[in-house]
Amino acid sequence: MPAQSLWTLLSWGPDGWLDDIAYGALVTVALALATLPIGLTIGFFIALAKQSEEPSLRLAANIYTTVFRGLPELVTLFLFFFGMPILLQHLIRYFRPEATIDVNSFVAGMIVLALIFSSYASEVFLSAFRAIPKGQYEGGYAIGLSNWLTMRKVILPQLLRIAFPGLENCWLSLLKDTSLVSVVGLAETLRNAGVAARVTKHSFMFYSVAALVFLGLAIVSSFATSAILRSLGRREAQR
Amino acid sequence: MSATATMVERPPPRARGWPRPRIAGYALVCMWIAFGLGIVAYLVLAWNPAFFAKYAPAYLKGLGVTLSLVAIAMVIGAILSVPVAYGRMSSNRILSGLAYCYVYFFRGTPLLVQTFLVYYGVGSFRPQLSEFGIYLPVFSDGLTLARFTLWDFFKDAFNCGVFAFALNTAAYQAEILRGAIESVPRGQWEGAASLGLHKLQTLRKIILPQALIVALRPYGNELILMIKASAIVAIITVYDLMGNAKLAFANSFDIQAYIWVAVVYLVMVEILRHGVEWIERRITIHLKR
Repeated sequence: MPAQSLWTLLSWGPDGWLDDIAYGALVTVALALATLPIGLTIGFFIALAKQSEEPSLRLAANIYTTVFRGLPELVTLFLFFFGMPILLQHLIRYFRPEATIDVNSFVAGMIVLALIFSSYASEVFLSAFRAIPKGQYEGGYAIGLSNWLTMRKVILPQLLRIAFPGLENCWLSLLKDTSLVSVVGLAETLRNAGVAARVTKHSFMFYSVAALVFLGLAIVSSFATSAILRSLGRREAQR
Repeated sequence: MSATATMVERPPPRARGWPRPRIAGYALVCMWIAFGLGIVAYLVLAWNPAFFAKYAPAYLKGLGVTLSLVAIAMVIGAILSVPVAYGRMSSNRILSGLAYCYVYFFRGTPLLVQTFLVYYGVGSFRPQLSEFGIYLPVFSDGLTLARFTLWDFFKDAFNCGVFAFALNTAAYQAEILRGAIESVPRGQWEGAASLGLHKLQTLRKIILPQALIVALRPYGNELILMIKASAIVAIITVYDLMGNAKLAFANSFDIQAYIWVAVVYLVMVEILRHGVEWIERRITIHLKR
């Protein structure tokens, strides 16, 4: 009998928990995908600041990466999740004393993960910037492209190709870091698996399922990235 | 020729005005300064001797727990990483496949999931784990023999944390070790073989000294990652640094509980980072020209 009941627990529907975990996996993917563009954008600008000639700009960018790479992800998350409402409460008291603030765990997770992701991604972008010879900029300026156009048309296409493998690593660790947001109550894969484990008392099985979900996501994204890499390579060959 | 040379004027020094990057840079630095001052001001204003007297010893104890957890896990992980790295490099398909799966699993899943799997998941096998026991001498009113089972090991959250962290770091360290050993050129092996050194001697006297220089920085990074990751054992009720901060926050609802812990982690990580850089500078002196 126990074998049969295990299969019922893993089924889709009201008796089983697979639908809950699948929903959680969806939330995990949504969180990671929502974080990605923000993190990439911030990371790109941080890298730009780090290789600028202006010392104050470099200093500001270096403080950013030192802080967000030095703090444990969990501490950053807790500081933000518990600290931000207090701060906002103090600020909003001047305008509307009766208002209360609640930080959505998805949004808090998104912001914190973007901060962490961007500080790692900025290092990747920075080393990619350094790999691009100076002549590329000079060539761009020589044919009369503006600063911005040189960046967009000449540097960025090469930069992305060089930075891609490093960014893939950042993406994988972002995917794994999303599990931390379960601690502040986001119903993602790990949290739903944990609920199932507590209700059914089959902890090992449900946490294994959660691990398999993350493993599956990692495998899927490695397929996706190799496909992207192949298309990038093809485009390079066409030029 | 000389007449034209005197005609050439030096370009005027570039005007040190306020271009846009400088304005942005100063603004951002000012923002950071304001942010830092804000936190310092908050900590000064919220200075609470009672809070400090109550929780500072707990924080110190938590720091000890964090450091010992990381140290034990790193050492066990280093020992475990040797066979895994050997398997990864072996030409035996089964062995290398097994090692690859091990590394892929531990690097592909979140450490939090692995920790939960050990701490909560092992409870599913309590009856089986309680079966195997060994008798160890115990000093409790005289020397007596007490039966210890695997369950006695796994029911303690700290042990579970060490177990999960050691397995996890073993996977990462195996990759570091493999990368470092493979970074040594093949000619080094061949040269040693032609001198008549056998494999183990070659590894110990020729390969490892070169490989470990390459491996130092990744090992340092792994140590830093472990210290940062160790905060998650707070979730499985270990009272490490983060666990004590959680407790302090739950009791006082005072956000400085987390600010202080953030400062401690940041200082720890920065010390380690600069320490590793310093060691690397020292041991690569002979490679610089």
